[in-house]
Amino acid sequence: MDVTTRHIKYQADCDPSFPAAIKKIPGCEKLDSCIQCGTCSGVCPLSIYMDMTPRRVMNLVRYGFKKEVMASNTIWLCSSCYACTVECPREIKVTDIMYALKQMAIREKAYPRRFAMVVLANEFYKMVRSRGRVNEIHLVTRLNLLTNPLKMLGMARLGIELIRRGRFSLRPESVRDPQRIREIMEYPENGNGKEARTQ
Amino acid sequence: MRYHYFPGCSVLGTGRACEESTQAVIRELGVELKEIDDWNCCGATAYMSVDEHNALALAARNLALAEKEGATQMTTPCSGCYLVLNKTKHYIEEYPAVGNRVKGSLRKAGLNYQGTVRVRHMLDIFVHDVGLDEIKKHVKFPLKDVKVAAYYGCQTVRPYKDFDQQHFPTKIDELCEALGARSVHFPLKTRCCGGSQMGTLPSVAQRLVFAILREAKRQGANLIVSVCPLCHFNLDSYQPEIVRRFGEDVSIPCMYYTQLMGLAFGIDPKTLGLQRNLTWDRCALRKQFAPAAVGA
Repeated sequence: MDVTTRHIKYQADCDPSFPAAIKKIPGCEKLDSCIQCGTCSGVCPLSIYMDMTPRRVMNLVRYGFKKEVMASNTIWLCSSCYACTVECPREIKVTDIMYALKQMAIREKAYPRRFAMVVLANEFYKMVRSRGRVNEIHLVTRLNLLTNPLKMLGMARLGIELIRRGRFSLRPESVRDPQRIREIMEYPENGNGKEARTQ
Repeated sequence: MRYHYFPGCSVLGTGRACEESTQAVIRELGVELKEIDDWNCCGATAYMSVDEHNALALAARNLALAEKEGATQMTTPCSGCYLVLNKTKHYIEEYPAVGNRVKGSLRKAGLNYQGTVRVRHMLDIFVHDVGLDEIKKHVKFPLKDVKVAAYYGCQTVRPYKDFDQQHFPTKIDELCEALGARSVHFPLKTRCCGGSQMGTLPSVAQRLVFAILREAKRQGANLIVSVCPLCHFNLDSYQPEIVRRFGEDVSIPCMYYTQLMGLAFGIDPKTLGLQRNLTWDRCALRKQFAPAAVGA
């Protein structure tokens, strides 16, 4: 094995504004107290499917390796089960850091195109913004149409079962006045300077 | 006992049985649920992935609506909704800057958030407010042949441990034993089922569910009892695909704990929405309870 091919990462390539931005988000302030024990990776039921373990992501975030973190599938595999947050001996809310990273990736469109988890999050977001409630069947249909329409063929058995059992509701659920929902989603004027999202 | 009730979007669609069984059992126990008028989606895990302020403001609208109705305690059967609503309440209190911004957004929509409503999980209401002794009094058909693997899922006890232990919760086990069933040792009881990854990355989520089903079966369970509509969907709905893919018969009947309570109380399986479960058709309890309930 030629060990000299190993890629060297330079501190100078890092982006110190990255950890600074993450640490400002509520729940993420304790990032620096990470002792790299690996408990988060050990208890994570999805870490074996990730290209980087949560422990590695914690370290890369705090040293500003933004590009590497944003390109990894780790943040999108996180299913928010909070095992890491509960077990962390340094009381770091790892799940909240994962959420902060997802938000940043979506804001900066730094994710693979047609990546199903991102499509689901965005479609869910749009549906609630326009109606105030979610219809799961509409959501899953949108998700499949936008990612892999052929996958729906494989879901025929489940679809038929759900119809047969009265669980396949196509009725779009809504609050009485969805405009009320959009109102509370605008950042108030004395907010933290973030612009109101426009969808 | 009276609680304000947040149903959540799932129970209007694929999780209908969750609501049906919860309502049936709650009526039997004499507890009153008042649905929060015009409630909206809690945001689940998807909202927090897109925008934090919007996620918290969206969930907080429900808390403010409950307050407006004079609620002191609100409850929900879905563990996802429970976590999001509870987390929102915690964040508004723990981070004043977040709280002020959320309150500001709500004010624009004519709502006032004070923080006076407690968010409770439905399971918590059953085991602590109603109590196991009271539940035992309603049992007409003790479920002596049922060996339950009690599946809590992740968000029922994490990250907040308001009503049960976090590492090895026991409340569903105790509840099932009060119904006359036996609960088996089940180390995977809080292991994640993959949640919405079943839709986005089924190859991984199916493997997570496979492990849960397999462990339950090998520990001698003949029924998995779950809490949350999403866990139930994942465990109950994909068994044929999972059996085919992993080449091992891990199929095992699944139901909501409220459905099991209803059966023990002598409530008609149809009222409990049991026919909506994909695994109900081959559940041993089906033969036992269909005739019994007709006479009851």
